[in-house]
Amino acid sequence: MPKFTRPNALADTPTHYCPGCTHGVIHRLVAEVIDEMDIMNTTIGVLPVGCAVFGYNYFNFDGVQASHGRAPAVATGVKRAKPDRLVFTYQGDGDLAAIGTAEIVHAAARGENITTIFVNNTIYGMTGGQMAPTTLPGQKTQTSPFGRDTEKVGFPIRVCEMLSTLDGVAYAERVSVHDAKHINAAKKAIKKAFEIQMRGEGFSIIELLSTCPTNWGLTPPASLEWLKENMLPYYPLGVYKEKQELTKGASK
Amino acid sequence: MKKTLMKGNEAVAEAAIRAGCKCYFGYPITPQNEVGAYMSAKLHQHGGVFLQAESEIAAINMVYGCAATGTRCMTSSSSPGISLKTEGISYMAGADLPAVILSVQRGGPGLGTIQPSQADYFQTTRALGHGDLHLPVFAPYSVQEMVDVTTKAFDIAEEYRTPVIILADGLLGQMMEPVSFDDEEVIEKPEKTFDWVADGHMGKRKKNIITSLQIESEELEQTITAREKRFEKLKANHTQSESVNCDDADIVIAAYGSASRVVQSAMEMAREEGLKVGTFRPVTISPFPVNAIVKACKNAKKVLVVEMSLGQMVDDVKMALEHKIPVEFYGRQGGFVPGPQEILDVVRRLK
Ligand SMILES: Cc1ncc(C[n+]2csc(CCOP(=O)(O)OP(=O)(O)O)c2C)c(N)n1
Ligand code: SF4
Repeated sequence: MPKFTRPNALADTPTHYCPGCTHGVIHRLVAEVIDEMDIMNTTIGVLPVGCAVFGYNYFNFDGVQASHGRAPAVATGVKRAKPDRLVFTYQGDGDLAAIGTAEIVHAAARGENITTIFVNNTIYGMTGGQMAPTTLPGQKTQTSPFGRDTEKVGFPIRVCEMLSTLDGVAYAERVSVHDAKHINAAKKAIKKAFEIQMRGEGFSIIELLSTCPTNWGLTPPASLEWLKENMLPYYPLGVYKEKQELTKGASK
Repeated sequence: MKKTLMKGNEAVAEAAIRAGCKCYFGYPITPQNEVGAYMSAKLHQHGGVFLQAESEIAAINMVYGCAATGTRCMTSSSSPGISLKTEGISYMAGADLPAVILSVQRGGPGLGTIQPSQADYFQTTRALGHGDLHLPVFAPYSVQEMVDVTTKAFDIAEEYRTPVIILADGLLGQMMEPVSFDDEEVIEKPEKTFDWVADGHMGKRKKNIITSLQIESEELEQTITAREKRFEKLKANHTQSESVNCDDADIVIAAYGSASRVVQSAMEMAREEGLKVGTFRPVTISPFPVNAIVKACKNAKKVLVVEMSLGQMVDDVKMALEHKIPVEFYGRQGGFVPGPQEILDVVRRLK
């Protein structure tokens, strides 16, 4: 039996995440991949404004905190200065798909050689559960108390689908962390994206469907169930973009 | 040293390259486009990176990320673009990141005019982003001085770990004057290393975190006061100004940047008429040269402040002089540069 231990890249610090929140799972996956690729010493993480704002405390590599939505621009600055490092952004849906839409679209369009770990939990977690660009039709939030009315506030943004139209994107995949099988698949996706970056092949994004038990008003197990029943149909999992010439060298 | 005829904007770009600036991030806006054009043509020759960002917001955040790695970098913009950069500048100040930001003022508010203006003095000295912060601001008055302060700005930024602002205007940016640089050629400088950077720790040091987030008030207060101490030191070492003919002056005219060039001519015309007029010109508008202006005005009966705005620096002058000497104001707005005769007429009326 393999022993369950803490990855080297994950700091030995308690996190501030709510019980049952899957941000923690995603941190662990990133850290495990960095361990497996043995790149902790050359990794720089760019953390967002959002629940993951303290993320830099939870990893054992260098971290840069970005202003709300601008992580892709900050990561661009880091990467252009240090092109041989692994640079990733870690962003929520409010951060990436509302205030930071311009930055993510243009980093992707430039084929900026960075990776974005995009945590889609359909809500603004940190500020107390307001409607996000990814909030599902009919979903109740603090600022859509009667459910998201698409007639009045429009429709959710499917980020992987949108970005996959851009030539600069080398890899775009949507995964989920609601059960062990999907968590394993999510880890493979993150690894693939990091490998693509290390080979200098362009922009990669992994969208992870994630939970927010606190602001969804559900228990952690009910949150996982809610994700499966409501998010999976609206946000289908899969690879949305894989530059043809990449497939050969990529990990299975 | 050989002199070259250069536009102010280009001269700043060349001086930055010579100072070892390795990355430039910017977004087009008149009247400072020559900076980006120059950088895009030249920076790569020195192993640097020019990148046109999707907005001023992105550009300043690229500067933030680049500076976080300890790499010398800069951005430039003009009034509406500087407004957009202010959040990023505040984050840079809060994360103690060094970089140089060139602001080439045009007339405002709003889209205003592309004509030169000094309407952003308040923005630059008081409001480059939210929060408790003081940033150093150089306000050069000639193309040569644009070169000189640019060279200095990069060193100061690193020594004091702060963004440094160079405040020019459309006139200075666009006009051509002969300039000389310290060396004939660009001399490549060895890259510096710092112990605070987030550039991948290579297993050789503890991890570094670049952040402006300090959730505990005790911690934040400590950081702010420590930063302010550095600013006080900067004030002692780098506050800069120039006084001309002030010793016997009944009237001292205070102006900075482009306005001070016209004021200089007005003062010479006044002296020819036998009027005892001197000039005071801050080179740093933050920190404001308080001691120097008090000294320059010690015999003055009146002080006249001339600006290309409704009057902004005039507040700093009044505060510095503690209302002990009457301070008058003359300004033009909307992109007009006052003429020397215009100023001379005001001086005659003051008598
Ligand atoms: C310019 C700016 N606007 C608003 C905020 C307030 N704010 C902090 S976090 C956040 C939303 C974060 O939501 P999301 O990106 O979905 O991440 P999550 O917290 O759900 O992980 C907002 C609006 C801010 N810090 N800065
Ligand atoms: S508010 Fe939501 S997203 Fe944020 S830590 Fe709590 S459960 Fe997770």
